[in-house]
Amino acid sequence: MIWAKEETLPREEIEKIQLDRFLETVNRVYEKVEPYRRKMDEMGIKPEDIKSLKDLSKLPFVTKQDLRDNYPFGLFAVPKEKLLRIHASSGTTGKPTVVGYTEGDMDVWTECVSRIACAGGATEKDVAQICFGYGMFTGALGLHYGLENIGATIVPSSTGNSEKQIMYMKDFGTSLLVATPSYALRLAEVAREMGLDPKKDLNVKIGLVGSELLTDAMRDEMHKYWGQDMLVTSNYGMSELMGPGVSGECEYLDGMHINEDFFIPEIINPETGEVLPEGEWGELVITCIKKEALPLIRYRTKDITKLTYEKCKCGRTTCRMANLSGRSDDMLKIRGVNVFPSQIEEVVLSVEGLGPHYEIIVEREGYSDKLTVKVELARATDSFTELTRIEKSVKSKLKIMLGLDAKILLESPNTLARFEGKAKRVRDLRKEK
Amino acid sequence: MTVKQVSVFIENRQGRLGEVLQVLKDNNVNILSISLADTTEYGLLRLIVNSPEKARDVLLASGFSSMLTEVLIIKVPHVSGALQNILDLLAKANISIEYMYGLSVETKDASIVVKTNELKRACEILDKGHIETMSPQEIAIL
Ligand SMILES: [Zn+2]
Repeated sequence: MIWAKEETLPREEIEKIQLDRFLETVNRVYEKVEPYRRKMDEMGIKPEDIKSLKDLSKLPFVTKQDLRDNYPFGLFAVPKEKLLRIHASSGTTGKPTVVGYTEGDMDVWTECVSRIACAGGATEKDVAQICFGYGMFTGALGLHYGLENIGATIVPSSTGNSEKQIMYMKDFGTSLLVATPSYALRLAEVAREMGLDPKKDLNVKIGLVGSELLTDAMRDEMHKYWGQDMLVTSNYGMSELMGPGVSGECEYLDGMHINEDFFIPEIINPETGEVLPEGEWGELVITCIKKEALPLIRYRTKDITKLTYEKCKCGRTTCRMANLSGRSDDMLKIRGVNVFPSQIEEVVLSVEGLGPHYEIIVEREGYSDKLTVKVELARATDSFTELTRIEKSVKSKLKIMLGLDAKILLESPNTLARFEGKAKRVRDLRKEK
Repeated sequence: MTVKQVSVFIENRQGRLGEVLQVLKDNNVNILSISLADTTEYGLLRLIVNSPEKARDVLLASGFSSMLTEVLIIKVPHVSGALQNILDLLAKANISIEYMYGLSVETKDASIVVKTNELKRACEILDKGHIETMSPQEIAIL
């Protein structure tokens, strides 16, 4: 089902809405947001120079650092009294990034999430268990309001206490699960430890996963444990832009539909900042064109993806972004090769006999980088041949994918760290020295 | 007759083997034979113990990846060529041996632990050749 008529508009009409909102945003930001006005002035650009959507590329970027430098409210375009809600992302280093919402922003947010939840199969009949951490993080409350708007029954169970999560699922008849992909897999594991088969004993048919990469291999893994008939869609967003609701997959699983009447996407070369043509991989840059409190222009998401404007089989005409292939920040440079942890994950998940958990360790040995991947056996074995096959298979697949030799360490089942929020699977020991 | 062997996967880290043995000792499991096949990174520990189910359970509970595998314990008389004859018998029946290791108990015969494919047929062939295998009951009282 399609939630809003804006999702199926012809290109010209979408662009007309975009242009109106974009010009309004640029004028308002120039007037109200002093740090961005300074950036424009430094580049010698005035709002009058911006006349078409193509002119977007003349404008300066905004980065996470800008948000930190103007902590807490320096980039806001409304006075604090107008805010209905404040969220913040927990910065692991330095100050958190603070975001705010006016009443209008909250409505837009709810609308955007309703659209992506609907694209992911949610209806008013669903019992939706939200296993994202509630609190300052935007994920949980974003999905909460969107799903409630659709009419679903919300179970705001947050993260943690996985046994209790499974009990709710069973007793309340949860049909829709909101979680990170790794937590969704962890929950399936807990259910099995409790003697339940999620496929038969639970009724979860829809997975709306986000806040972490969902690789195809990980999606297969979700199907394996939660059932082949589960519709697992990934959705995308970040608190700086709004929270979840920027884009989401439909049932055709062929890229995430961007809510283009609220967000304009661009893809740039992360090193030069140059705008790349449709279909090329690069860093996603988003301009918010209907935000009142925090209308970020050309925000650098650091996420690597590509765009297509082809009409989707589902009937939506909105631009689609490919499932993320990593973060420009997470990118590891190992012996001169660009490596995304997601690539390694894909290999791990494709090898029979391994569980979905892994750890990547990069060290410096003499003048060379050394890559070690710890993987976890899925079950006990008595066959040495089987162990050798697993080890060699991971090694050769990594070699094919990355062109790098890696050391593979097999570990007993259930020994590697489990994560309930964003997974931290990379240890780059080169930085620590 | 087959008996149950305990197989344990261990990472080749300092003290890992010792931890396995400690768990078994703490639970009064008596080890009759032990074999370790390993690379530089990991190993497979195979054990014949007096109570295999208990051994597997306590190891699993301590976080070790362990399982039971059916193997044959074949009595080998102290006569030259005895082992050769047994292996010959199995080879002629197209039964392949995956691995084997010795078991020393205080009896007049030596014994070897053997893992083959087609265990049931291997048993029949040994029976027909009047070659004795040990039973789980015999192992349990050792
Ligand atoms: Zn679609």
